Amino acid sequence: MSHIGSYDERIKNFDWSIAEKELDYKPGNIINIGWYCTDRICEMGKANKTALIWEGLGGAEKSYTYNDIRIATNTIGQYLRDIGIKPEDRVCLFMDKIPELYLGFLGILKTGAIAQPLFSAFGDESLFIRLDNAQTKAIITQKKHAPKVRKILDKMPYLEHIIIVDHDPSKPLGPKEMVMDLEKLPKVDKFKVHPTKAESPSVLHYTSGTTGQPKGVKHVHYSLISQYLTAKWVLDLHDDDVYWCTADPGWVTGTSYGIIGAFSNGVTQCVLDAGFSAEAWYRFMEKHRVTVWYSAPTAIRSLMKAGDEVIKKFDLSSLRHLASVGEPLNSEAVIWSEKVFGKPFLDTYWQTETGSMVITNYPGMKIKPGSMGKPFPGITATVIDTETFEPIPEPGKIGLIALKPGWPAMMRTYWNNEETFKNKFKNSWYLPGDRSSIDNEGYFWFVGRDDDVINTGGHLVSPFEVESALLEHPAVAESAVVAKPDFVNMEVVKAFVTLKPGFVGSKELDLEIMNFVRKKLSPLAMPQEIEFVDSLPKTRSGKIMRRILHAKEWGLEIGDVSTLEDD
Amino acid sequence: MENMKEIVREYVIAEYVEDDSEIGFDTPLISGGIVDSFSMVSLKRFLENKYNISLPDDEATPEAFDSVNKICNLVNKFLNK
Repeated sequence: MSHIGSYDERIKNFDWSIAEKELDYKPGNIINIGWYCTDRICEMGKANKTALIWEGLGGAEKSYTYNDIRIATNTIGQYLRDIGIKPEDRVCLFMDKIPELYLGFLGILKTGAIAQPLFSAFGDESLFIRLDNAQTKAIITQKKHAPKVRKILDKMPYLEHIIIVDHDPSKPLGPKEMVMDLEKLPKVDKFKVHPTKAESPSVLHYTSGTTGQPKGVKHVHYSLISQYLTAKWVLDLHDDDVYWCTADPGWVTGTSYGIIGAFSNGVTQCVLDAGFSAEAWYRFMEKHRVTVWYSAPTAIRSLMKAGDEVIKKFDLSSLRHLASVGEPLNSEAVIWSEKVFGKPFLDTYWQTETGSMVITNYPGMKIKPGSMGKPFPGITATVIDTETFEPIPEPGKIGLIALKPGWPAMMRTYWNNEETFKNKFKNSWYLPGDRSSIDNEGYFWFVGRDDDVINTGGHLVSPFEVESALLEHPAVAESAVVAKPDFVNMEVVKAFVTLKPGFVGSKELDLEIMNFVRKKLSPLAMPQEIEFVDSLPKTRSGKIMRRILHAKEWGLEIGDVSTLEDD
Repeated sequence: MENMKEIVREYVIAEYVEDDSEIGFDTPLISGGIVDSFSMVSLKRFLENKYNISLPDDEATPEAFDSVNKICNLVNKFLNK
């Protein structure tokens, strides 16, 4: 029996107090995600239950009970407090998917500081922009990523500590660097968890928009309420489950459901910290008898590409529930998963700003392959007209997805950017920036973004950020960046570039520019294709018309070109 | 072949390794998390430019790019065509 039971019954009598009661939380009480994910589970009698099974490169493996993670997060919390980290200070996590990332996240929250996870593949420019915006006080990282921090250290007087978790003692430490070796630190059994309240800030995740710099999405400890309940009802986490969320906690799925949702439900979860390969993933699931698997369309399509034969080599009979997030899950992938795993992937729709799932498919509810599903109980969702911002009553008509604000995990603001936050609301609806339609049975059908943001492999890339990086290359005069269709990643970055006098487009320059952007921003932001052009389409006022280039890439009608500059 | 291995290894170290990690001819690159699937595109482009070949997408798989030795085997297959 699934936790949610009947979706239709649940929406009739829903109140978020269901989750509050299950978590023994009363409005006004202390609520600290770090405590709920560790100490509380131990107090429920699960101290010796396995919380985290981690597997790294070369078969390295570590396992932690709930008591182990309680003590480890206490130890990290004490360490941070001892070096002067105060409540609401920003502490960045800049690591691969190693145990210290998961433990560090909860340890930071226990001190009342704000966890700022950043994707470890970010280049120094991407890292700097986000640390500078947050005025981050400390960064916890690995020796392999420390060089990127050192490169920008002089520009960050506010950064007081660079904490390295795997320092090689034969090498000297640089300025502001210190070691946090969990194996060697005295273990802290008793730790006074900071008495955070519902609206105390907890997590700062960065997301990209069409224009301007990345935005820091501020969440609060009360987000736990909807992260806990959506994990329980949508991912259907039961006490005996072995759960695998493949997302990196540098992004919101990796924290909301790779840490908070899983641990607050007291389940055993697995983490694989290795690059992608179909065999390695299937072997991992077979070895750990994974029952609930939460992944992304890009990974699913990569598995489809690897073929069905490889699956036959593994016993994946433990799998009982599959879900997907990050970008629309195409119907072929749903049908494929039913064929090879005997069950469909359930698509879930949400974003960094929503903090938890908002429109999704549910265990037991009829699945329409390719559909996003229906709003989570307690979430009022519709599609609205792009001009009037009024709900569209006709089924099948495309509009902007709109959500009534007020669910627990919704962002509270963009860090130092209240104006952009306010612009996300129209006619008292929150607009995630996506378009969809609703069919006559209430199922939502994703259409696409309402802006130029590129969704590549489930991660949002700002064309503005890539264009800015391109302009820093000595050969580039102008640039325009758009999405290009891609089977595995849905979209990839394509750049149109004009060159400065004296430079000529060549294969060598193409590769040089690709690598330039990759190192500066991240591999996700690297243009997978660069087209050297003589000029870019512009309006008469000189604004580059990305939409024309986008339409060409997607084989769409170019539309109104009345404002196009004459040649 | 030995020269090609050194060239590829040097390129991987220069472009994808942040610290002083050792990269051998059999070090797992993709499954080892040294080169991610997005960065693989630039590595493929380097090989195509350097050896004047075209590697089809269905052959340039994460498995075929998982070590210097495997990459060189793939390149040789297309060099000899």
